[in-house]
Amino acid sequence: MQTVDLSAEDVRALNGRLHALPADTNERAWRVVNPRGAHAVAVGLTQPLDIVVEGHVGYYCAGMNEAASVVVRGHCGWGVAENMMSGTVRVTGNASQSAGASGHGGLLVIEGDAGHRCGISMKGIDIVVGGSIGAFSAFMAQAGNLVVCGDAGENLGDSLYEADIYVRGAVTSLGADCVEKEMTVADREKVAALLARAGIAADAAGFRRYGSARQLYNFHVDHADSY
Amino acid sequence: MCGIVGLFLKNPALRPDLGRHVSIMLAGMTDRGPDSAGIAVYHRPAAEGACKLTLFHPDPAHDWAALAAAIASAFGADVEAETRANHAVLVAGAEEGALRAWLAAQAPAVRVMGYGRLMEVYKEMGLPADVLRRHGIPEMAGTHAIGHTRMATESIVTTEHSHPFTAAADMCLVHNGSLSNHNRLRAFLQRRGERFETDNDSEVAARYFAWRMREGASLEEAMRAGLKDLDGFYTFAMGTREGFAVLRDGIACKPAVLAETDDWVAMASEYRAIADLPGVEDATIWEPKPAVVYTWKLN
Repeated sequence: MQTVDLSAEDVRALNGRLHALPADTNERAWRVVNPRGAHAVAVGLTQPLDIVVEGHVGYYCAGMNEAASVVVRGHCGWGVAENMMSGTVRVTGNASQSAGASGHGGLLVIEGDAGHRCGISMKGIDIVVGGSIGAFSAFMAQAGNLVVCGDAGENLGDSLYEADIYVRGAVTSLGADCVEKEMTVADREKVAALLARAGIAADAAGFRRYGSARQLYNFHVDHADSY
Repeated sequence: MCGIVGLFLKNPALRPDLGRHVSIMLAGMTDRGPDSAGIAVYHRPAAEGACKLTLFHPDPAHDWAALAAAIASAFGADVEAETRANHAVLVAGAEEGALRAWLAAQAPAVRVMGYGRLMEVYKEMGLPADVLRRHGIPEMAGTHAIGHTRMATESIVTTEHSHPFTAAADMCLVHNGSLSNHNRLRAFLQRRGERFETDNDSEVAARYFAWRMREGASLEEAMRAGLKDLDGFYTFAMGTREGFAVLRDGIACKPAVLAETDDWVAMASEYRAIADLPGVEDATIWEPKPAVVYTWKLN
């Protein structure tokens, strides 16, 4: 186990050490202490490392993550796990806005609440939120799953393409072209599997499903030549 | 880009250290605003019937004792002046409006930074840590404070254009963002008798909220009305006699984070500013929602 103290070493040095690890490294377990709200902690990882950050972080933590597991024991600022490709990112506290933005793959778990624009433009990532999510979440989402154990704010899934959104609590309002859809047996199995992977105890039967009505301009075959 | 911070101490045991805590917070936002800094501190209430003015003169050697003597003679009142760098805090047994009118006529080079019975406002160009140190902010006690570090976008860098902006007794506003309808709104308020000191968009917001409250709105009502009337990007923190309030526009692109423990409530543009507060490890931390008014009041 390597321990990096961010009160003694800066984020650039930490990320540099993580990026420089050879593929066959045995130094896979890392502990980061005293992050004190630093931005861009553990970004751009490309190997199956296990990183635990003890404390609250700033913007873009674990951004562009590939293969690594990053656990933040605290709060995350804007854009945690933005553009994640694979691996797992877990936040034990709350997350600010744009959590999992543009994520292509992997699993993002937020045990507390996520702010607005959670899963904006998500492209295949799975996001499981133990609490509630803010306004404009899953805006223009294209693929992936967003599972919310609490409530969702205004304009959920506005202008979304094909992602699946599952919410157990109340939805303040749906965005343009987002509609409630039938919760099938397959959906329940998928939600149960995601909750199990996220380690969040919730009954998949209580969730409702939301998705694209496919009625916006770009879905009309008459407009195919425009693209 | 700008940085804003607010600290509201619920636990009286922490209040002797308000200045120290809020100075660390504001200096922590230097990256977001190195041009100028300002802070409003709520402490040392003036006696009943007296008022407190924070005054500024660009000359650090300005003779504040002479000004205090002139006011004492003009108003037949007790006047105390305390110099802090190029600011002075004047406590006078006089009516605050009359005193400000007298200053405008008799000492036009002196600028009133803040007025009321509680609030003191210090703002100046330069790095936040220097501004704080020059004015002795870290040594101040108090209940709450709001501060601002400025990276100017809409108007020039001067002391006058720095935040907080005061528009009523013991009320001030700091703003991160930019308003797009400030010219029209300024004209609207001028027609209703509001007087402006700068061309700054944030001053328009401060005077808008003050005007709403003078018209009878509560703090919450004034801020909710602002959601309709103020067009642009904003995270606001407003200080009042009783506490402070936070409001973000409906899109909320300008950052804000709130943290609360049993002992305090803190607001900042970024968590970094809050990282050194006592007990922060166990604080509840969250991002304030768009278009929601948050307020905290003294008991």
